[in-house]
Amino acid sequence: MEHNLAHEHAGGGARLYLLIWFWLILLTGVEVFLGYKHLPVHIMIVLLMGLSLVKAGLIVAYFMHLKFERRSLILTIVPALVVCISLLAIFFPDSLRALSLRAFH
Amino acid sequence: MAEAQITSPMLTEWDGGALPYAVGHKKLGMWLFIMSDSLTFSALLVGYAYLRLSSDSWPTPFDFYPGIIFSTVMTACLLSSSLTMVMAVLASQRGDRGGVVKWIIATMAGGTAFIVLHLYEWNHLISEGLKPFQLPAEWLKEFGANATPLFGATFFTITGLHMFHVLTGVIYLGVTAARKKATHEDVEITGLYWHFVDLVWMFVFPLIYLLSIKAPIH
Repeated sequence: MEHNLAHEHAGGGARLYLLIWFWLILLTGVEVFLGYKHLPVHIMIVLLMGLSLVKAGLIVAYFMHLKFERRSLILTIVPALVVCISLLAIFFPDSLRALSLRAFH
Repeated sequence: MAEAQITSPMLTEWDGGALPYAVGHKKLGMWLFIMSDSLTFSALLVGYAYLRLSSDSWPTPFDFYPGIIFSTVMTACLLSSSLTMVMAVLASQRGDRGGVVKWIIATMAGGTAFIVLHLYEWNHLISEGLKPFQLPAEWLKEFGANATPLFGATFFTITGLHMFHVLTGVIYLGVTAARKKATHEDVEITGLYWHFVDLVWMFVFPLIYLLSIKAPIH
């Protein structure tokens, strides 16, 4: 057991990967289920993107092994991407402006 | 094992002998590519969201069959192929070359199944009359004459670029499996690319498909 734990900390064994795969499939099932609840779009986006971020986190951390890499690599990749992708949200106020321009023509 | 890669005594620092991230240069290169590629897909998905938000009426055309069930099975194919890919990396860690080839072939099968199902789904939409800048006449009746014709543009661009990545990945996997000189790091790097393709689909699937499920008839 001790040995197994040490091995998994070094990079994860087959059983850990199987567990991650199971969770990814399960979360996908939850997403499809939510798709058929026909909730208001803004609630759907929050829920679906939240679940997708969890799935992405599982894939990056375990399948792509990032959790087990040196911290300097994680700190180089993750914050820069999060900031850059978040900055793209700057376009959204303009999309609503475009809609209101069209509504009043 | 990773420790052995940190410094290479054969090279001076200026020749690339220092590995500050404790990963090889090739793997770091793949991470940099993944960063840039994730910005490409983010920009496309944000562009899609922008168009959808600024449209009077966005079509929500996907029936359970074939749209949703196909895309759900495709998601399962990609997730399972990611699992077989980590199995290939584990086999490579053990030095089991036969195992590596076997698991990579399983991964390629998952990717190929994804492409075949996706092309079937594309073909279904095209046969309904969906074009990059034109909606099928049926859809205009259903979603109103002001329904945006840009649905096809976003759909074909985003899923098409993703499908191209899957196709590239299947070829890349085949090359890695066929190369006798491929090292453990090479298998890991191929895996990084493959998992990234899987990861992108985790955002494409809910945004493109699940948010466009046909509304129930009242």
